[in-house]
Amino acid sequence: MNTVQILLMGFISVVIVNNLVFTKFLGICPYLGVSGRIDMAFGMGCAVTFVVTLSGTLTWLIDHLILMPLGLEVTRYVCFILVIAGAVQLVEMYVRKFFPSLYDSFGIFLPLITTNCAILGLCLFINLWGIDNLLEAVVLSAGAGIGFTLAICIMAGIRENLNLADVPDSLKGAPITLITAGLLTLAFMGFAGMIR
Amino acid sequence: MANDSTSSVSLSRTFLTGLWHENPVLRLLLGMCPTLAVTAAVKPALTMGLSVIFVLLCSNIVVSLMRNLLKPHLRILMFTLTISTFVTIADLFLKAFAPVMSETLGPYVPLIIVNCIIICRAEACASKNTLLVSVLDALGMGAGFTLILCVLAGIRELLATGRVFEIQMMPGEFVPWAAMGMPVGAFITLGLLLGLANLITKKKI
Repeated sequence: MNTVQILLMGFISVVIVNNLVFTKFLGICPYLGVSGRIDMAFGMGCAVTFVVTLSGTLTWLIDHLILMPLGLEVTRYVCFILVIAGAVQLVEMYVRKFFPSLYDSFGIFLPLITTNCAILGLCLFINLWGIDNLLEAVVLSAGAGIGFTLAICIMAGIRENLNLADVPDSLKGAPITLITAGLLTLAFMGFAGMIR
Repeated sequence: MANDSTSSVSLSRTFLTGLWHENPVLRLLLGMCPTLAVTAAVKPALTMGLSVIFVLLCSNIVVSLMRNLLKPHLRILMFTLTISTFVTIADLFLKAFAPVMSETLGPYVPLIIVNCIIICRAEACASKNTLLVSVLDALGMGAGFTLILCVLAGIRELLATGRVFEIQMMPGEFVPWAAMGMPVGAFITLGLLLGLANLITKKKI
């Protein structure tokens, strides 16, 4: 297989088959918290996509150019979380300057991207899968972000309609959202095994 | 004496709120990712719970001790650095003494860094309270988290394999529900568990 094919397969795999939300349970907090309205969900997805692409690329570079040659793998987690916190700070400043209304509606969830498991999770998975090529790392990071956006937008669309449904009292809110997420996961399981 | 007894009552309440009234998973919806990811069986769930208790306890102690030195705009960074240091310790410990378990949990051990429970307790409790209160709060919250993890893992392992803690529980003709071991089972079981908790709270009032 040539490089383009490998990249394309990796991209489809991380967006659909190994979607971080549905198969690895990463990024569940914003997935449940910000999926009330579809425009906010899309904004959140874009912010996460940007942060995850930036930090996935940067952590791969730091890991391979600084930590591995110097034998400092022990400090890997501390370095990764610093990079992610820096990237989130950047996005926060940008959104506050150019999209003030979006900034207000995000509230606490914007700084909480730092503690979004999808981002740190992806950086760790890139390390775990043994990706040794910068281009592949970039494509996988962007794919993970797009996969997250896809998942959160589908969820927001369903929840907007769920507002009109007659849900039993004690299942209202988070419980019914989780059950919906379970059914969505079942649908995405149909893609399992399509690509490794 | 009267003062002493009231303070010990309030201290024990600090511990107990974490178990039910403010249970991190059922009430505050924190730490969902590990709750869903490691609960396919009881053993990894228990290991995860104990690691979280260790990290939560250590980070609460450190944050509580340095609470007067914290600058407001740098505090989140300080919290995450403290937490990631202790998670590195826990990860290396598991790798050295329980390599099989460490392999099973995989990246979910380093992901304790971004477990919202720990940063939430550092922000809401340890950065404002004395050492003793912070320690009890960490123990209560950690125990509440571990409890839910084990209940969820118990249900899923029983239905997915017919065994709990790798001991046969169901009669021989029981057909395992394979779906319970998959992500679907995790989402739906947790959803129903949250609904049940809501129902119980409503009955009490």
